Amino acid sequence: MIDIEKLSFSYDDEETHEKKFVIKELDLYIDKGSFVAVLGHNGSGKSTLAKHLNGILLPSGGKVYIAGMDTADEKNTFSIRSTAGMVFQNPDNQIVAAVVEDEVAFAPENLGVPPEEIRRRVDECLEIVNMSEFAKSSPSRLSGGQKQRVAIAGVLAMEPECIILDEPTAMLDPKGRREVMRTIKSLNKSRGMTVVLITHYMDEAAMADRIVVMEKGSVIIDDVPKKVFSEVEKIKEIGLDVPQVTELLFRLRSMGIDMPEDIISVEECEKVILDRLKGLKND
Amino acid sequence: MFKDITIGQYVEGNSFIHKMDARVKILLSLFYIIILFLISSPVAYAVFTAFTLFLVYLSKVPPKFILRGLKPMMYILVFTAVLNLFMTQGSTVLWVCPFWSTLKITKEGLTTAVLMILRLVYLVIGTSVLTLTTSPLMLTDGIEKILKPFEIIKVPSHEIAMMMTIAIRFIPTLSEETEKIMKAQMARGADFESGNVLKRAKAMIPLLVPLFISAFRRADDLAVAMDSRCYHGGKNRTRMKQMKMTVRDLWATLFMVGFAAAVIFIQKLM
Repeated sequence: MIDIEKLSFSYDDEETHEKKFVIKELDLYIDKGSFVAVLGHNGSGKSTLAKHLNGILLPSGGKVYIAGMDTADEKNTFSIRSTAGMVFQNPDNQIVAAVVEDEVAFAPENLGVPPEEIRRRVDECLEIVNMSEFAKSSPSRLSGGQKQRVAIAGVLAMEPECIILDEPTAMLDPKGRREVMRTIKSLNKSRGMTVVLITHYMDEAAMADRIVVMEKGSVIIDDVPKKVFSEVEKIKEIGLDVPQVTELLFRLRSMGIDMPEDIISVEECEKVILDRLKGLKND
Repeated sequence: MFKDITIGQYVEGNSFIHKMDARVKILLSLFYIIILFLISSPVAYAVFTAFTLFLVYLSKVPPKFILRGLKPMMYILVFTAVLNLFMTQGSTVLWVCPFWSTLKITKEGLTTAVLMILRLVYLVIGTSVLTLTTSPLMLTDGIEKILKPFEIIKVPSHEIAMMMTIAIRFIPTLSEETEKIMKAQMARGADFESGNVLKRAKAMIPLLVPLFISAFRRADDLAVAMDSRCYHGGKNRTRMKQMKMTVRDLWATLFMVGFAAAVIFIQKLM
């Protein structure tokens, strides 16, 4: 689905006139239907990477292929952007229209889709993100989470194969975050959509099938969540956190209590701790 | 303070005028204004008044919404009336100022003043009926379609409509932001309410600078988001909501033309 070969992105520093690399010789392959989370802190190059995935930024070196299409080829621009849809951080700054259904219709209108087909897609996409009842509302009256779901519907209306989300929950409250994450997860699980989620929330990354950790423009860890978070020390070394439950079990372990290393969800953690407590009672 | 700004105070409804095609409505409103400026005799005005009242009735918009549109016109109305009342030269003098004989009211002055007020009032009512019965979106779409033929002389019709749509979309966002900045500055001792006009205007500068910076940042973000959704101007673009002219619009146009002919005939006759 997404094939990145030796991608580099650099800019000339205005004062020293040196080349500064934001991304350096990065290789990454993302399978169709997978759910990949990209972690890294500010300045690690994760947002820059995202902007390469639909041709907003073009590589200074290397190649990016989306479904076999080279992003550097101008002929492909619109097919790439409709294949790999992108959702941004600030819900307020990506909504164009003053009515929800017109907002969702914006992308297919740009693509020249016939009116009846646009209508069908708008209704379907609002249904998917569970916002049908707000079709006629003004986006300014919606909550952050609802706005972000409308933004997702606006991207889905292009019928993409892949959806890239650049910190979609960073400006939302906990309730909005949950709504948006539930939507993203169901897109991947029930519709087989390829999802690339750029985030700095560990709990969100833990929901993915695969985690890519970036640091200074390169991939330093690339594995399944359970493996990634089992290396608590390594994660902390690069200034990131682990999910709260992993942290809890890590501390218990360092106190000499035998706990498994690969727990990342609250449910699993609850079960492990309860089992231990029951064991203690029986002894 | 920005809460009072309402562009396109659209009142939802299901009346004959609501259901008309936006393009036809805009063109007929222009036509209405042209007729208004062609007539001058009292009888023609009487007919025109009846027609305007009929339009308001037909739109089913509560009259208080229409009157609200007249309120900000108050000063202009009074000013025009006074000017016309005293400045018009005429033969039949009705009243002369006892202290200054150049100041007098003539019969002609009185008629001109009254007709002038009526002209301005009908101008506002006519355009209000348009904006109150057409959603801002339909209005911008209509303008885009009407300007389309002028693309030959390089009028960017799609771009104009897109700018209007985005402007309407961002009014609530920016007013919310203004309020936030104001509160943040008031919390640190800024004073927006006291002092004379000059002082209050000066107090607005620290408000406008952050607002502008944020507006530019938003514009940048929005441009990237629009690019990501394959926006490339008006070329090969389709619309979900198609505008359709119906028999209704034909009737309205015929009615309007008939009315225009009648009023102008009366005007010529009297």
